[in-house]
Amino acid sequence: MTAGLWENWLLPGVWITIQLTLYSAVFAAVVAFGIGIARTSRLWIVRFLTGFYVEVFRGTSALVLMFWLFFVMPLAFQFQLVPMWAAVLALGLTYGAYGSEIVRGGIAAVAPAQREAAIALSFTPAQRMRRVILPQAIPEMIPPFNNLLIELLKATALVSAVSVADITFAAQLSRLATGDSLEIYAIILVLYFVLAFVLTRLMRLLERRAKAGIGQAPVKSGKGPLITRKLSARQEAEQSSNIITAGGAQ
Amino acid sequence: MSWNWDVAKDFLPELGNGLLITLEATALGSVLAFALGLVWAMAFRSPTRFIRWPVAAVVEFIRNTPLLVQLFFFYYVLPTWDIKFSALTTGVIALGLHYSTYTAEVYRAGIDGVPKGQWEAATALSLSRGRTWTAVILPQAIRRVVPALGNYVIAMLKDSPMLALIGVVDMLQKARAEGASSFQYIEPYTMVGIAFIVIAYPASLLMRALERRLGH
Repeated sequence: MTAGLWENWLLPGVWITIQLTLYSAVFAAVVAFGIGIARTSRLWIVRFLTGFYVEVFRGTSALVLMFWLFFVMPLAFQFQLVPMWAAVLALGLTYGAYGSEIVRGGIAAVAPAQREAAIALSFTPAQRMRRVILPQAIPEMIPPFNNLLIELLKATALVSAVSVADITFAAQLSRLATGDSLEIYAIILVLYFVLAFVLTRLMRLLERRAKAGIGQAPVKSGKGPLITRKLSARQEAEQSSNIITAGGAQ
Repeated sequence: MSWNWDVAKDFLPELGNGLLITLEATALGSVLAFALGLVWAMAFRSPTRFIRWPVAAVVEFIRNTPLLVQLFFFYYVLPTWDIKFSALTTGVIALGLHYSTYTAEVYRAGIDGVPKGQWEAATALSLSRGRTWTAVILPQAIRRVVPALGNYVIAMLKDSPMLALIGVVDMLQKARAEGASSFQYIEPYTMVGIAFIVIAYPASLLMRALERRLGH
């Protein structure tokens, strides 16, 4: 492979992928907490609307949603987003819907006595959520959020289909230019793996700090080979909650 | 919004044909994912680490890299090794292989859930390793993982549009072709999106009911 490809396409592609992952993760987190908390609302209409949102965005395919935002929205509403932001919107809306289930599960897992104690101390519902429920729910949510983040990282490859110049797109260009399919795709796969590895380690760090913040010991890693143990927060997450986030189904 | 019912009506048969291919890819991918996942899960339980470790490493690598890139890898690299498949077969292989790494985890949980006494009883009856797996462990393990496996079938259904990007003529590819030839984008893409919701939502309801029934 020639040096120019690295400098001109692959490295900027890696940067685009990192940016996409970060922006979509932030947007998805906002959606997840907004929808997840709203689903515990006392008003049935709020619960119904947010439930409807979750079912629609979990039901459809992220790739189809992306095509819809790219090709249908400009025609139907005369409103066109920059490709990068349309991609962030599609990924954030889809993964926010999955994330809201994690938030809901985390809130439901807080001991009922904590809620009752907060009521007895006459906290307002907002104070209750902010000062009592969420601080205890968030550390529980981090392992499943880690899985979701890896799913999101992998889903960013879809944006290459709508010509956003991420790593996958750069790989396709490089393949056309050089014809070295094997080398290029092997490199790209390793790059994604490294990114996933770094994300997992960062989330582990976050989990340990969040757990320490509320006085809980961090979860010990399970048995198994070294590589698996280092990466598989997924396995622990599946043990600690029944939320399956992979690829999409629940 | 300029929805045109005539365009929608013309696209409906195309959507139907595409749907058949989408379902075919999902069904074949599921069969492959279920079979390979079981192989991985049994390899995790192998007595020698020379099998356990490489399998774990490969599974972890496949699971943490994008399906789309794997799809391109198989589609462009296999022919250079003189292995030639149709786009649909390539897609099914990539889909099945990718999801087998998820089903492996499901099987593993199911196998770990079988009480240890069952293994010991099989040893006491001096059953061979093969008989222990097929007659004692697997029948007990598989029953309780069915709903979780079903969830991955739905996930595969929603990932199957990626196959359009290597030229499989599924629902999304039909919509792309329609858009490219007649510039009708609104109706085809919207109909494909709705089709996914119409199939995936009842399927996920079914899986949730099944999970409750089997007491998860």
